[in-house]
Amino acid sequence: MGIIMTALLLRDLKLSIRAGGGALIGVLFFMTVVAVIPFGVGPDLNLLARIGPAIVWIGALLAALLGLDRLFQTEREDGSLDLLLMQEHPLVLTVLVKCLAHWLANVLPLVIASPLLGLFMNMNEVGIGAVMLTLLVGSPALTFIGAVGAAVAVTLPRGGLLVSILVLPLCVPVLIFGVSASYAAVEDPAPFLPPFLILVAITMFFAVLGPLGAALALRNGGD
Amino acid sequence: MRLIAETLAARRGEDLIFSNISFALGSGEAMVLTGRNGSGKSTLLRVVAGLIRPAKGRVDWVRSGAGALQLPGEVSHYLGHRNAMKPELTVAENLGFWRDFLGDMAGGAGLSAEEAAERVELPALLDLPFGYLSAGQQRRMAFAKLLVAHRPVWLLDEPTAALDAAAEALFARLIRAHLTAGGLVIAATHQPLDFEATQRLEMKGFQYAEMEEGI
Repeated sequence: MGIIMTALLLRDLKLSIRAGGGALIGVLFFMTVVAVIPFGVGPDLNLLARIGPAIVWIGALLAALLGLDRLFQTEREDGSLDLLLMQEHPLVLTVLVKCLAHWLANVLPLVIASPLLGLFMNMNEVGIGAVMLTLLVGSPALTFIGAVGAAVAVTLPRGGLLVSILVLPLCVPVLIFGVSASYAAVEDPAPFLPPFLILVAITMFFAVLGPLGAALALRNGGD
Repeated sequence: MRLIAETLAARRGEDLIFSNISFALGSGEAMVLTGRNGSGKSTLLRVVAGLIRPAKGRVDWVRSGAGALQLPGEVSHYLGHRNAMKPELTVAENLGFWRDFLGDMAGGAGLSAEEAAERVELPALLDLPFGYLSAGQQRRMAFAKLLVAHRPVWLLDEPTAALDAAAEALFARLIRAHLTAGGLVIAATHQPLDFEATQRLEMKGFQYAEMEEGI
């Protein structure tokens, strides 16, 4: 089982780096969204610092959803999905590994780029650290939720925006607790740990439920 | 080892594609599906592979000797219209991935990517990205995929599309070798392929006369 899943993980990582994989598109989109905010809001440094964590989180959320629709669609287009579905090993595991590969190639770069964008927003080092940490912990949940949307929309030729709209309501709790934990780290009276732990719980919850739902949708979406 | 289908019927959306299809295939036997376009050849193969749920009837994989129950799809290779290979990866990477991912079933061993490419007589193309190959070369490499992991059942949907006569003969040879080794083959095809088909199933599509019998 280990060899099987490592092979899948490595293949998906390779694919996302090769031409057309689009691993860097997400980071570029993330940077664009966050970089234009200071121009729109104006040079009020205090205001920027105050809205910083929220803007970085929203940017990361949208960028994370960007490439998700391709998660299963490329597999379906070239016929690989049929073979993935036919195997004896559990489909849930296959989906989980595909989510993991997607997160490593497309979302982890966003987490790594977030400190730079925190500087754009005039955030202090504690705030930047908190946003990076909450993104690291919370962003896998976005991928797992998105996988369900991607699986439901796999047969639709232009499912891209639809996937984002489908999964956005489910992503809102992740955003709320991610941002509130980030604020709690900067502003004194609010405690950091409770929202952060809830964020951890959300990620663990969707790590189970997301692949299950996606596997179910793929099985029943057969044509 | 037997693959048994009983009174299969399948729908696509609301339409009944075929009904009342039964067959039984044993070790070393091949079945050729013929019939006009849209008569349900591809749908039947996908039903056997477990990719479409039959509207009625069932497909079973019966193995001599007690063992874990397996679905027909799990013991099958499926070569569909699409090649299931990634154009961005090299042929060697593609074959290597499927070799690791599919894994061997008990009763046989898959070839390495190099050996498989040699069997389809394209050993020089291993390091090229799959997308650079011509349609016929891609089809041959997709066929090589069947050789890198052992599966007793081969489900082939128009395997010789986009192939020249030499490659058709090559495929027929590989299919004969698989049958000799005790494998099962179900192939949907228009061109006559040069292997001994023990059974022929002509798909006629759905007959309205059967409607009265009740589906």
